[in-house]
This record gives sequence, structure tokens and C-alpha cells, in this order.
Amino acid sequence: MLEIRGLRANAGDKEILRGIDLTVNAGEVHAVMGPNGSGKSTLAQVLAGHPAYEVTGGTVTYMGQDLLDLEPEERAQAGVFLAFQYPVEIPGVSNAYFLRAAYNEIRKAKGLEEADPMDFLDVLEEKLKVVEWGPEIMSRAVNSGFSGGEKKRNEILQMAVLEPLLAVLDETDSGLDIDALRIVAGGVNRLRRPDNAAIVVTHYQRLLNYIVPDYVHVLSGGRIVKSGGKELALELEARGYDWIEDLAGVA
Amino acid sequence: MTQAYLGQFETFAADGGSVPEWLQPVRRGAIDRFAQVGFPSPRDEEWRFTPVNAIAQAEFVPPASTARITREDLAPFIFGHPAWPLLVIVDGRLDQSLSVLPALQGGARVTSLSQAMAAPDETIARHLGHHAPVGESPFTALNTAFIREGAYVHVPAGVELADPVHVLFVATGETEGTVTHPRNLIVLERAARASVIESYVTLSPGRRYFTNAVTEVVSGEGAWTEHTRIQRESEGAYHVGLTHVEQAANSHYRSFTLAMGGAISRHNLHVRLNAPNIETLMYGLYLTRGEQVVDNHTAIYHDNPNCNSWEVYKGVLDDRSRAVFNGKVFVRPEAQKTDAKQTNRNLLLSDGARVDTKPQLEIFADDVKCTHGATVGRLDDVALFYLRSRGINATMAQRLLTYAFAAEVVEEVALEPVRTELERLVRERLAG
Repeated sequence: MLEIRGLRANAGDKEILRGIDLTVNAGEVHAVMGPNGSGKSTLAQVLAGHPAYEVTGGTVTYMGQDLLDLEPEERAQAGVFLAFQYPVEIPGVSNAYFLRAAYNEIRKAKGLEEADPMDFLDVLEEKLKVVEWGPEIMSRAVNSGFSGGEKKRNEILQMAVLEPLLAVLDETDSGLDIDALRIVAGGVNRLRRPDNAAIVVTHYQRLLNYIVPDYVHVLSGGRIVKSGGKELALELEARGYDWIEDLAGVA
Repeated sequence: MTQAYLGQFETFAADGGSVPEWLQPVRRGAIDRFAQVGFPSPRDEEWRFTPVNAIAQAEFVPPASTARITREDLAPFIFGHPAWPLLVIVDGRLDQSLSVLPALQGGARVTSLSQAMAAPDETIARHLGHHAPVGESPFTALNTAFIREGAYVHVPAGVELADPVHVLFVATGETEGTVTHPRNLIVLERAARASVIESYVTLSPGRRYFTNAVTEVVSGEGAWTEHTRIQRESEGAYHVGLTHVEQAANSHYRSFTLAMGGAISRHNLHVRLNAPNIETLMYGLYLTRGEQVVDNHTAIYHDNPNCNSWEVYKGVLDDRSRAVFNGKVFVRPEAQKTDAKQTNRNLLLSDGARVDTKPQLEIFADDVKCTHGATVGRLDDVALFYLRSRGINATMAQRLLTYAFAAEVVEEVALEPVRTELERLVRERLAG
């Protein structure tokens, strides 16, 4: 599904990603871990096409297409979804309007008919269950005045509605209390299917108790310095990131 | 072209009509004042950012009285319920057949000013021309000299108008270069309630003409007024308007102004707080494009204690358009416990657009809360990326965020059908 080869990217003049290689197949969940500043959030944002980052080298092939050649909206329409670390507040646009607009844009791109507000309500009713929410949330402005936990739940709700093939979750666990974490992780698990995949970016192993990954990759200094199974996350939890950084220093 | 107006005045004054005797010296005094001061110069501080010369140096003539328009012509400008009182003034003259003027409860009146003045009327005599000072602006003087037509709304004590009143000024643009001087008087007596919409529209987009409007609002003790002003003149037209408001104790006045028309437009909103415990809300939205210039000047006079004023003006500017915002807040020494907040926010959609914003607070009382803030910015890149990352294309994302920016003030309009219409207008305009 996704082939990242030698990916390099800058933020301004600073090189953040220094040659990432990663392969993700349908049905897999990959955890990307690493200390602060290792480049894991940058990797997530580059995959979604964030304009603040400049790709300086390497390739990303997604479902046979050159992902880097696509605009952010084209990536979304092709099934890539980024759950933001800091979801953006948009006062003046209701959650319902926003979600329906996004849903319909993606349907249009797939050659499907747009859903009218009534049809969309039916879709929504199901999806709200994924994050254990009632319909009240839909009349509020997007993320506006939402608590940290509500914002993250809203990201998972969007993911549920848009049904991506490749979901990239950028530190979705940060700032969540244990209940919110359970709901968010539960949502992600309910959306797992054999034909989709997820990249879960996280600093802490905690989230991986809930979303069990097939592979764990450790990023340091803009490179993947170690890959392994889910037991690697536990090792990191026990030993911290220092030994990884030492590893990177040697490498 | 001061001289041209003096000539027009003599013709106008000789025309007579049924004008109350007391009004004649008021008009004469006003034209004398105008003759003395002429149009403002661009060096005049009050007009520094407005290209007033374009108005002063062009010659405009009163429209011929031949224009006939139909209900279909008006359809794009009518909203709400067909039973709402509607006063239609076409090229400065009342169109009786297109107006809807039902009998109102409690002796309330909505009528054309000229009709109201045909019979002696004590309320008009007491208020018309007594509030908007001719000495303050040459345009007010000019308007006062040519007082003839506009809306007269009178709501007696304790009466609540069930429906909003829509006053629609239509410029047919049948001939180029005409001038009208709409004059409105809105009087709410003690504990009265009303919602009045004042619209300036055109049937000839792009036509050059000049509208010079003045509205006096008198809000009695405990009265509640919602005043909506929609300026959607031709984008070739000039529009100068003054809304002058007098508020008595415990009254609530809320204003919403939308300015989206005119090559050059200027609106002054002046509110005098004449007693304690008054509440004033002033919301404004301006949407400009091309080379439009939109200028809003507001002034609120906190002359008495325990009054609250809340002001939010927002602008969305595209192309090489310009906007001016000047917000004056005067707090006199006796106006303790004043709570005044002013905000002006501008969104620039292009590199060529420009805003001059100037808050002007003069505070002479010490136990007050007065704040102001002005911003000029662009659409947030991160917000744009957020929307695009959900599959929404760049153009649509921009439009959505721009609309959301504007909608924040439109949401403050209290009456739902009026708010819905404003939302529609803004959405349509921003869709380009």
C-alpha cells in the first residue's frame, strides 16, 4: 500500500527527515516511536502534504501512485487521512457542515453521488457510535472550544466518516486522560479492516496497549534506527530512548 | 461642484410640495451651511483616507421622475414575510404600489416621510433635523437641505412591532450621474420595540450615481431597537450615509451594517448615550473587491454612568480594494462604570488590498472598563491545510474559512429571518 524510500524533508533550512524507509501493507498497523525532535510528527505531516515541509529527496508510492505529487486534498480523496496532533479550531463552521463537505468531496472524487443532509445524518448516526458521542456535537463549530480529549475524538469521528485506506495518527494519545484514550483507541480498533492500514505515531508505549501494532519502528535523528515487533515498544518503555539515541549516534 | 447643489436647491425649494412651514428655515439653514463650508478636503482629518474628491468634483443631478419598476425588479431584494411592512423608494420617490403598508397595532406608523409631513405631526417637528448636526459634516448639511423623502417609523410607548420594517431604497440607474438624499426618522417611544431594515440597492450594477443618506434614530426609555443597514449599491456608485442615534435610559440599541456595494462608500454611525444604564451593540461587516473603498466611522458618546457598548466590525478585502475603520469612544468624567469594548478585524484575500484602522479612545473617567483591538491578517495556512487534508479543495477551503470569518458577526443579528438573508447575501458574494 505504502512504500517510503529514502525520504528526506526540511522545515525551513533545517533537515528533519534524513532518509526514511518504510513499507506498509494492507491490514497492518505500524507504530512509529521516538524521542522529541526525532522527526516522527514531520513524517506524519509530510505524508499528508503539509505545506510547511519541503521534501528534498526520496520517494513515496501509495497505491501505485506518486504520493508526493498529489495536493493534500487529492491525497485525502485517494484515502490518506492524518489525525492531527493539534486539531485546528474553526469557529463559524459547524462540525456537521464541515464533515458533510469533506464526505461529499471524497465521494465526488470516487465518482459517487453526493449525500444530501438527510442521507448524511444516517451515515453520521452510525459513526458517532465509534467515538461514543451523541448528535449534539455536530452543531458545534469545528473543534472550537473543544477540550483536548474532544478534539482527538473529533479526529477519530472524521476518520470514521471518511473511511481512509491509510490512517496516520499523529500523537493522538497526547494530552488524553485514560477514558478518552480508551474511546479514541477503541474507535481506531473498530475501524481496522483487512483492506486498510494505520501508522500510529506516538511518544509513549501506553497507546500501544490499546492499539496493538504489528510492527514498531524507532525514529531518531530523522532516520528509522530500529524496527521490530510489538515487544520493541515494551523495551523502549523499560529502557527509555537514551540507548536508541546512542544507537543512532553510532550509526 | 458645491455651486451645482446650490442651484439645485433653489429649484427644489421653489417646488414647494406640502412641506411644513418649520422645515423651510431648517433646509435653508442647511444649504447656507453647505455653501459656506463646501465639500470636505482630503486634508480634513475626518476624510483623510476617503477619496472624497471623486464625489465632490463630479456633477450629479436629481433623477427624472420617470422610472417605473415592477415587483419582479424588486424580487432579489425582498426577503422575510410578504406581510412585513415594506416601504419602497425608487430614485428618491415613494412607490406606493410596490410598498406594503398595513395598519399597525397601537397606533404605530410606517410611512413615507413626505406623506407623514403632509399633515402637521408633532413627533416629526420635534425630532426631524434636531439630532443629526448639520455643522458636523457637509454631507449631513446637504442631505438636510434636500429633506423630502425617506422613511418615517413611529412606535408609540409600550408598543411592540410584531414584524420587522423594511425600507428599500432603489436606484434604478436609468440615467447616469443622479443624486438622491434619502432621509429617515425612526422614533421609538418609552418601552417600544421594533426592528428596522434599511437597504440601499440598485437595478444597474456598475452605474455611477450618488446616494447621500441620513437616518435619525430616537430610542426612548427602555426601548429596544434592532437596526440593520444593508448597503449593496452599484459598484460604480458613491454612497455617503450617517446614522445618528439618541438613546434614553435603559434602552437597548443594536446595529448591524453590511457594506458591500459602492465604488466609494462611507458610513458614520454616531450613538449618544443620554442617560444611565444603556446598552449599545454595533456590529459591522464590509466585503470589498475590485477597487472599492469602504469607510466606516463610528462614534459612541458615553456621557452617562453604567452604560455598556460592544462593537465588532469585520472586513474581508479582495483585489485592490481598500477599507477604512475609525472607531471613536468618548467617555466623559461622569460616565463611571462604563464598559466599552471595540474590535476591528480584517481579512485580506489579496496582496493588493489595504486597510487603515484606527481606534480612538478618549477616556476621562477612571472607574471604567474600556478595551479595543484591531487586526489585519490573512487566512490561516494551518486551517487551510486542515480542511484540505479532509479532501476539501483549496478554493472551497478558502471560501469556507472566509465565510466563517464573516459569519461571526452576522450571527449577532437577533431576528432569524434577517440573519438568514444576511447569511445568504454574504455566502453569495464570497462565492464570487
